[in-house]
Amino acid sequence: MIIKLQNLTKIFENKIAVDNLNLEIDRGEILGLLGINGAGKTTTIRMLTLQTQPTSGRFFYFDDSKQIDSREKILSMIGVVPQHLNFDQDLTVRENLELHAKLHHVKNFRERIDELLKFVELEKVGNSNVKKLSGGMKRRLLIIRALIHHPQILFLDEPTVALDPQVRRKIWELVKNLDATIILTTHYIEEAESLCDRVAILDNGKLIALDSPQNLKKIFEQKNLEEVFLKLTSKS
Amino acid sequence: MKNFLIDTLTVFNRDWIVLKRRLTKFILSRMVAPILYLVAFGWGLGRSIDFAGGSYIDFLVPGILALNSMNIAFNSITPVHAERIYHRSLEEYILAPIVPESFVAGKILAAILRSMISSAIILILAWIFGARIDLTPIFLIALILNSIIFAGIGFLAAMKIDTYEEMAQVNTYILLPMSFLCGTFFRTSTLPDFVRFAIELLPLTHTSYLLRDPNSISLAILILYSIAILILSFRAFRKLTD
Ligand SMILES: Nc1ncnc2c1ncn2[C@@H]1O[C@H](COP(=O)(O)OP(=O)(O)OP(=O)(O)O)[C@@H](O)[C@H]1O
Ligand SMILES: [Mg+2]
Repeated sequence: MIIKLQNLTKIFENKIAVDNLNLEIDRGEILGLLGINGAGKTTTIRMLTLQTQPTSGRFFYFDDSKQIDSREKILSMIGVVPQHLNFDQDLTVRENLELHAKLHHVKNFRERIDELLKFVELEKVGNSNVKKLSGGMKRRLLIIRALIHHPQILFLDEPTVALDPQVRRKIWELVKNLDATIILTTHYIEEAESLCDRVAILDNGKLIALDSPQNLKKIFEQKNLEEVFLKLTSKS
Repeated sequence: MKNFLIDTLTVFNRDWIVLKRRLTKFILSRMVAPILYLVAFGWGLGRSIDFAGGSYIDFLVPGILALNSMNIAFNSITPVHAERIYHRSLEEYILAPIVPESFVAGKILAAILRSMISSAIILILAWIFGARIDLTPIFLIALILNSIIFAGIGFLAAMKIDTYEEMAQVNTYILLPMSFLCGTFFRTSTLPDFVRFAIELLPLTHTSYLLRDPNSISLAILILYSIAILILSFRAFRKLTD
């Protein structure tokens, strides 16, 4: 176990975005957070990545069964790929990556950045302003930025939104081969099915299913995960 | 402490990269307003008024320096507002294992640098226009404190305000009135007591006072203002993750 969520809840004004979530995330697994728009996926990730405080409930990070309590330590072990692009618009591609590296106290970051740029075929645009990249290039950049400091846990919030099938496949290949615990959200259910060890389905902030795609298909007697998802989320 | 300094430098360096790229444009644009003030008020108006105990331009230059460093420091921070609300690039700092205060410190340091560059430009122009100013260490300290105060006010605005319109209103309702009232263009002693009292509550007034008189009590007032605004800025940044 690497993260444990205990009655995690977030309420905005009078909207319950995340409702009493209990969940244990295993070290090394790929966990998919699925749910329709507004189900509470992003809010859950924002709480787990210390960007916003839970209204009630708690969560714990572990390093070999020892609980981690310092904010700095948690932030050094996680990488976050947000749902939206959040680059520094005044900097080039490389400067954006260098800023991230320095903020994470990474040593010898130049080689690391070269390696990552090459990995996603962005080495030629390293000195361009980020504004000049295409949507797909920006998404790839967003992902490698989160990898610079070798995070143990990677949060990916819809990393393939609005991308063509080629780029999507490439990104999932990349994610699959990472040596990290991965928590991702996506609306491409068939992709989650082939990629995730387990999926958690959220509906109105509540956890309504949690299991491997195989088991979910068996339990709900459906031929694929998308049918399971549609069945579970259409009741509400 | 070591991490605080390193992180502060990282944040500062980001601003320096951006400023360096536009340095010539920055310097040229910073010359426009002071030249207008010096010509209009220094040459134009200044020669036609009899200013007790010296030339008007010598009185005017510290005022211009005070109001200029206020504007530069404040406007150096306003992009943080867009970084928080629109580009959301502030998330990178919130998600980084840095000392949160170092973000505030780095941004304010960059504001001080911008303010010092533009102050140097004004001093050179003023010298060309014939003003003779005593450059004491207190003079420099006054400008730095003034920059901290208004960079901090800019930072607080960037953290608390959610729209561009309201951000622009800070300029109109706070900075612009201070530019004209805080003893920048005239002696406050000529004002009615209650007006002078109100104006002496404002930090820019004390910067003007201190620039003209190194022994002024205004030094203590500016230090208090700086500390208070820094503490509020640190808090505002930490509050972003509530
Ligand atoms: N800052 C906020 N203030 C008020 N309400 C919010 C805020 N952020 C999210 N919400 C609300 O909380 C609920 C959950 O939002 P969240 O962004 O977590 O959903 P999501 O599952 O990520 O959806 P999507 O698939 O559209 O990204 C929604 O009803 C949303 O309107
Ligand atoms: Mg979302």
